[in-house]
Amino acid sequence: MHVVYPAVISALLFSVGVYGVLARRNAILVLMSVELMLNAVNLNLVAFDVWLRDQLHGGQVLTLFVIVIAAAEVGLGLAIVLAVFRTRRTVDVDRLRDLAEPDFPQPSPNGQAKVRESS
Amino acid sequence: MITIAALIVLLPFLGAAGGLLLSRVGGGPISARAGVPTRAIWFAILPTAGSALLTVWLAVQAAKGDGTGAFWDSWFPAEASGQLTVVDTGAVPISVGLAVTGLSVLVGILVVVVALGVQVYSVGYLHGDSRYPSYSAFISLFTSAMLLVVYSGDLLVLYVGWEVMGLCSYLLIGHWWEEKANSRSAVKAFLVTRLGDVGFLFGIFTLGMAAKSFRISDILAAQLPTATVVTATLLLLAGVAGKSAQVPLHTWLPDAMAGPTPISALIHAATMVAAGIFIVARLYPLFLAAQPTRDVLAVSAALGMLGAALAALAQDDLKRVLAYSTISQLAYMAAALAAGSDEAAIFHLTTHGAFKALLFLCAGAVIHHVGSNLMSRMGGLRAAMPLTFVTMTIGFAALMGLPPASGFFSKDAVIAAVEHARLTDAAQLLLYASALVTVGVTGAYATRAWLRTFFGPTQVEALPEPEPGTAHVFDGREAPPSMLWPIGILAIPALALGWTSVVELDLGSAAIDLVIALLGAGVVYAFWRSAPTRDPARLLGPFYGPCARAFYLDTVYAMVFVRPVLWLAQGVVHTDATLVDGAVRGSGRATLGLSRFVRLAQNGNAQLYVTGLLAGVLLIAVGAVVLG
Repeated sequence: MHVVYPAVISALLFSVGVYGVLARRNAILVLMSVELMLNAVNLNLVAFDVWLRDQLHGGQVLTLFVIVIAAAEVGLGLAIVLAVFRTRRTVDVDRLRDLAEPDFPQPSPNGQAKVRESS
Repeated sequence: MITIAALIVLLPFLGAAGGLLLSRVGGGPISARAGVPTRAIWFAILPTAGSALLTVWLAVQAAKGDGTGAFWDSWFPAEASGQLTVVDTGAVPISVGLAVTGLSVLVGILVVVVALGVQVYSVGYLHGDSRYPSYSAFISLFTSAMLLVVYSGDLLVLYVGWEVMGLCSYLLIGHWWEEKANSRSAVKAFLVTRLGDVGFLFGIFTLGMAAKSFRISDILAAQLPTATVVTATLLLLAGVAGKSAQVPLHTWLPDAMAGPTPISALIHAATMVAAGIFIVARLYPLFLAAQPTRDVLAVSAALGMLGAALAALAQDDLKRVLAYSTISQLAYMAAALAAGSDEAAIFHLTTHGAFKALLFLCAGAVIHHVGSNLMSRMGGLRAAMPLTFVTMTIGFAALMGLPPASGFFSKDAVIAAVEHARLTDAAQLLLYASALVTVGVTGAYATRAWLRTFFGPTQVEALPEPEPGTAHVFDGREAPPSMLWPIGILAIPALALGWTSVVELDLGSAAIDLVIALLGAGVVYAFWRSAPTRDPARLLGPFYGPCARAFYLDTVYAMVFVRPVLWLAQGVVHTDATLVDGAVRGSGRATLGLSRFVRLAQNGNAQLYVTGLLAGVLLIAVGAVVLG
């Protein structure tokens, strides 16, 4: 089998993953998209391992590592999503904006900046 | 001899340092009778007494030999000078040194005698005052500074003492600074004298640059061009007018009476205000060579003596009467200097120092006794305070120029000098007329103060509460002995100093003065006799108001100088707040405003960040492919 088939499939898979990460609102779906991207990479690793006839099979070994790490990452990610859902009652990433800077600090006449609390 | 002079100057200084630093260290006993720390009393009196003893010794040393010239030169002919070091400034060197001359010995005696009297008197007057240690230390510092002025051999060293005196005057006027008016008076005295001191300093520079030396003996020996001498003496005159409270810089002196009465006696009657007269006499050859300066001095003195005497006639506050009287008497000295007789001026300075200090100390005893400065609250005190009555009578007699008190002789010397003055005709005429009229007015205001204080029905009321600044409630007793002793001792020179007959008595002019003075006194007596409870100053009629307000000079100064300066200051504050601060705040605001656009990207949406990341990676990848 020519290497271009798995490469194209993996590129498509990766693109779907990128689209999911960038565009999906549900945090779980974002996590799943990350998994898609990881698996696209795994596919690449395995395909090129075979294509290059690697004696040590470094690609396949690395794939095993990635799978393990992905499992751990999903466990952690789902725990975070669960925690967010418990506190916010939502997992919509568009509405999770606590990383934004607080409101504009206004200089007061005596020179000290007053920071308004963000809601 | 010069070592003795240095010790005389240094002792009070060490006393001041000790009094300030050590009076309260480790507690120490509180004097049961005076209610102040005992150690502070020792620090106050011992150095001044030591200085006084050394001064006597110096006078004995200086009296050896023969001398001619002014009376102080024949009394104390021996002169000495010495210098500690020469400060090489690069231009004109400053020689840190002292010089003992007949004049310095004479004025030095006056200073230490009055200072010692005031230190003793203050122990009684400031009974239980919590700030007595610093107060007495400032008096010691002042004494030291005045003695430095007197014994200095170099104009810049003299200027150091001159400025320290001004500082002590400020500190002591504001002794009761809790009351706003007192601290304002202190600031006013400081600023007004400082205004004159600027001229004084530049006068010193002019003389020093022209003579290539700041040493007084060198300056007096140098042949200076007339224009330089006139400029320098006019500049010096500004400082003299400030320190000696001459027109137009005299307005601080009546307000300076806000200080404790011993301070009024020491600084604002006997010594500091005499410093200006002393300087002119010390540099007298220069002033003799500068006719225009003496004309200016004559006009200022003529205005000052009469104006201040009229103002004194309309005051109700006993101390303000004495303050205006001081301005008037200092103007007499200035008149003698302008007329070309430094002997008459210094003679009057000495007698005035004695009798005015006496008058102030008596006034202090009266105020201490009554609990009020106002003469309308006094009256009939001669039975309750017999000693004060007798001594104050001597003082007033000397002030009026009645024989046999000292003022009679010295004032006659001044007026005789003015009569034969070597001035331009107009200035001479003005000065002579003013001096004669002032003799009458002096008689009037002295009689008025004497009658209002000691005669007539008593107006004394017991104050319900002792106010800060006015000693205590009326208790119907004489002052404590620590106050009476200096009064009694000062009465002797006030009475007898005239008999030293240093200046020949001009009998004709003396008779005229006496008649005029008695005339003034008689008019006041007649007015007082008709209604003893009413103020005899009503004889001024419609002029009473202007006289009581000292011819509205303070108001005019407030309008012409004070208010524009205040406006200017407010303008500066406003400019600072809006323009300077505005620029600073504006730049901060502008930066924040601009940063708003950059911050638009940071909206908290993680997906947006990732998009940016991806776009960046793509850009780098494309760039690497295309360019690589």
